Amino acid sequence: MNVLEPYMDLILSVVYLVGVLMFLTIFALLAVWLERKVSAHLQDRLGPMMTGGWHGWSQTIADALKLILKEDIIPAVADRKLFRLAPYLVFIGSLAGFAVLPFAHNLIGSDINIGVYYVIAITSLVVIGILMAGWASNNKWALYGAMRAAAQMVSYEIPVALSLLIPVLMAGTMSMQTIVQNQAGGFWNWYVFQSIPFSLVAFVIYFWASLAEVNRTPFDIPEAESELVAGFHVEYSGMRFAVFFLAEYGNMFVVSAIAATVFLGGWHAPFTFLDFIPGPIWFIGKSMGLVLVQLWLRWTLPRLRVDQLMHVCWKIFLPFSFANLLLVGLWVVLKG
Amino acid sequence: MTTEEIVNKINAAGFQVEVNDEGPDPFIEVDRENLIATAKFLKNDPDLNFDLLMCLSGLDWPEYFQVVYHLISTEYKHTITVKVRCLKDDPIIPSVSDIWRTAEWHEREAYDLVGIRFDGNRDLRRILLPEDWEGHPLQKDYVPPTSWHKIPLTNLGAESTNEGN
Amino acid sequence: MKETKELNIPLGPVLEKWETLVESSGASGERMVLQMGPQHPATHGVLRLELETDGEIVTKIVPYIGYLHRCFEKVAENITWNQVVPYTDRMDYLASMNMSLGYALTVEKLMGIEVNERVQALRVITCEINRIASHCVFLATYGLDIGAWTPLLYLFQEREHIIDLLEELSGSRLLFNYIRPGGLAHDVPDGWLKKVREFCDFMDPKIPELNELLSYNKIFIERTANVGVMTPEVALTYGITGPNLRACGVDYDLRRDIPYSGYEKYDFEPQLGKGEQGQAGDSWDRYIVRVREMQESLKIIRQAIDSLPDGDISEKIPKNFNKMPVGDAYMTTEAPRGEVGFYIVSDGTKTPYRVKARSGAYCSVSVIPAIGTGLLIADVVAIVASVDIVLGEVDR
Repeated sequence: MNVLEPYMDLILSVVYLVGVLMFLTIFALLAVWLERKVSAHLQDRLGPMMTGGWHGWSQTIADALKLILKEDIIPAVADRKLFRLAPYLVFIGSLAGFAVLPFAHNLIGSDINIGVYYVIAITSLVVIGILMAGWASNNKWALYGAMRAAAQMVSYEIPVALSLLIPVLMAGTMSMQTIVQNQAGGFWNWYVFQSIPFSLVAFVIYFWASLAEVNRTPFDIPEAESELVAGFHVEYSGMRFAVFFLAEYGNMFVVSAIAATVFLGGWHAPFTFLDFIPGPIWFIGKSMGLVLVQLWLRWTLPRLRVDQLMHVCWKIFLPFSFANLLLVGLWVVLKG
Repeated sequence: MTTEEIVNKINAAGFQVEVNDEGPDPFIEVDRENLIATAKFLKNDPDLNFDLLMCLSGLDWPEYFQVVYHLISTEYKHTITVKVRCLKDDPIIPSVSDIWRTAEWHEREAYDLVGIRFDGNRDLRRILLPEDWEGHPLQKDYVPPTSWHKIPLTNLGAESTNEGN
Repeated sequence: MKETKELNIPLGPVLEKWETLVESSGASGERMVLQMGPQHPATHGVLRLELETDGEIVTKIVPYIGYLHRCFEKVAENITWNQVVPYTDRMDYLASMNMSLGYALTVEKLMGIEVNERVQALRVITCEINRIASHCVFLATYGLDIGAWTPLLYLFQEREHIIDLLEELSGSRLLFNYIRPGGLAHDVPDGWLKKVREFCDFMDPKIPELNELLSYNKIFIERTANVGVMTPEVALTYGITGPNLRACGVDYDLRRDIPYSGYEKYDFEPQLGKGEQGQAGDSWDRYIVRVREMQESLKIIRQAIDSLPDGDISEKIPKNFNKMPVGDAYMTTEAPRGEVGFYIVSDGTKTPYRVKARSGAYCSVSVIPAIGTGLLIADVVAIVASVDIVLGEVDR
């Protein structure tokens, strides 16, 4: 035991990382299946029904196996090093976000005191990966996708960050765990219902801007299949494509989980008498609820054009976020 | 307006055309020198106002090429057919693509498939067939190639009429 | 990158917009050539558009067609007059009833055949029902190109009903080969007309549903209104006909203006674009005109069923085509994708001397450079979708 003592932190980190990886993989497989089923039922059809028996539950497992077993094609004129590196960079970007997600009061990768700041910073890594993928593919459509993604994600970082600052202002801390603990004792203590209407506006702006952050409809222009074929990952196949896919669904969960943490009370139950249900269930449940809304929007709305997307960001979300931040600041000061 | 009135109107403007109404579609035949002037008159005269070129067809007759223009006026709903011909050793017909822009593509098609050249068309390239295709398939003496870029085309045109009736 | 040839495609009325954009943005004007198609999800088949782009702005569009060329006109010269019918079906495979109707009417015009009223009415019913199916595909793929997936699945359900009906009638689901010169392949099965009437009742509430789902969606309007505006002058000079022309506000419908197959007996209203969400003749108008046309088609179908007379559908079918008169005839009909005309020339033998097909979609492709230049890539996708092309008809 004494031998292991100095390495205890490292071992725990590795165990946690493996746990998160497993969670992410299972979540992605589930979410893809869910997306198929949700879209199918929205569209008055059944979706996958055969594989695995009950409602085709193992369809995505079969698909993932197929993707892993497929030949890995790298275009002859591609920049091979960057092409290989890009999916993993995207994946790391979304995986690293999990480090500060508080699944329960004692289940968090690292409760650093700048958790919100960290998560905004680390998820920006995704855009570098996407840019890399689009450039390295040496395909014009991929380049367009990458350029659109870069412009879009960098722009939408700002409303996202400004909206996240509002709960930070109200909590007075950037630590995720403290923010959650401040929202204890029933749903009326959640930040989304505090200081109405400011935090509600912030929540709505955050949710829409985060859709753009993770390239979901109506902001899915970087991979708009009817315009750019598939956007930045048009040349990817097999396992590398699967990694992009995994990262996309991982990102969906991360942005939803952040919203659940800072606005919706994290792992707290909506009523105190429901506290006997463990925190992770509440946390994952709230996040999944938001993921479901994302799916619902995707299968309902058309796609914006690139200039309209920028218009929404710079001329609507940004002024509202700034005004909101100012007013919340005032509110916090006056409340004392 | 009936075809007769239209033809009278054209002749009153100084063109010498005769109407041929043997078939179901009465038509007028003009010389290729007069084609542009006639077409401009048909398009621009306020009483005729043939603003829509419905169809432009190229035909390969044994002695000559023929181009047939089917015109309609969306305002008065009257129609006219104009035919113009050119000799096979001088297969040039003036282009009406400046009068009706749709003629540009139809003329390209007639050039591509029949082999009539249109003088004044800005973009007279092959349109339906590949750029390096040889010959014009709708000419009656056209012999289909047996291969194209090493792709065998042997079945093309091999089975002609089977006795349907 | 390969040097592109200077092709001198004349530019349309919106080019000035691009020039002012370049001036105001201070862009350097460096161009990139982008090949959209022939394998591209938004080109509805195998159209290739060579786009010259400056960033996201398209400065030049050159369409290339012919990837689906079968030389139908050459084939038609080698087969007998009624063997041509299946080939016409394959032109616009989404509305093959309308295609074979055009050909059958042309041959009848040359031979001087007058079909009886039952044949006329059945032709109207099948063509209008096929028009609804074709418009369903248009609206579905249009939504898909704008990014809305769900309307596709809904509209294909509606289309499925029509396809089932036409399958029961003709035996096939896409290329019906039902309308023949001089008549029809056979009479309608028992109870078929009742099913068509049931379909009309089923379809009626679906159109408001579609309007709720897609037509008046804010994002959809933003994407399509004021995009690719076609003025009546541009449309007419490029030979645009059918719904695309009516979307510009030109009141021209061959079914009413030069009636054929007994359309004069039915009461319907050609739908015109009025520029409700933007300018008249924009992409949204081209969309909504077709939605409303579906309602008009339902009206026509109901009237035709109500007044369907008895008669022998095959009494005028020629025994053979040996006595084909020498001469030529041109007949034009209103198909879902604009006017479809056939110009046939007969030299008295049982094979055509020349069959020339004029297709509406062919002209619709040719107008894309004129209305799409100077817009964004996403707008070009919307325009290609909105002019409603089927490459089988373009390439023939």
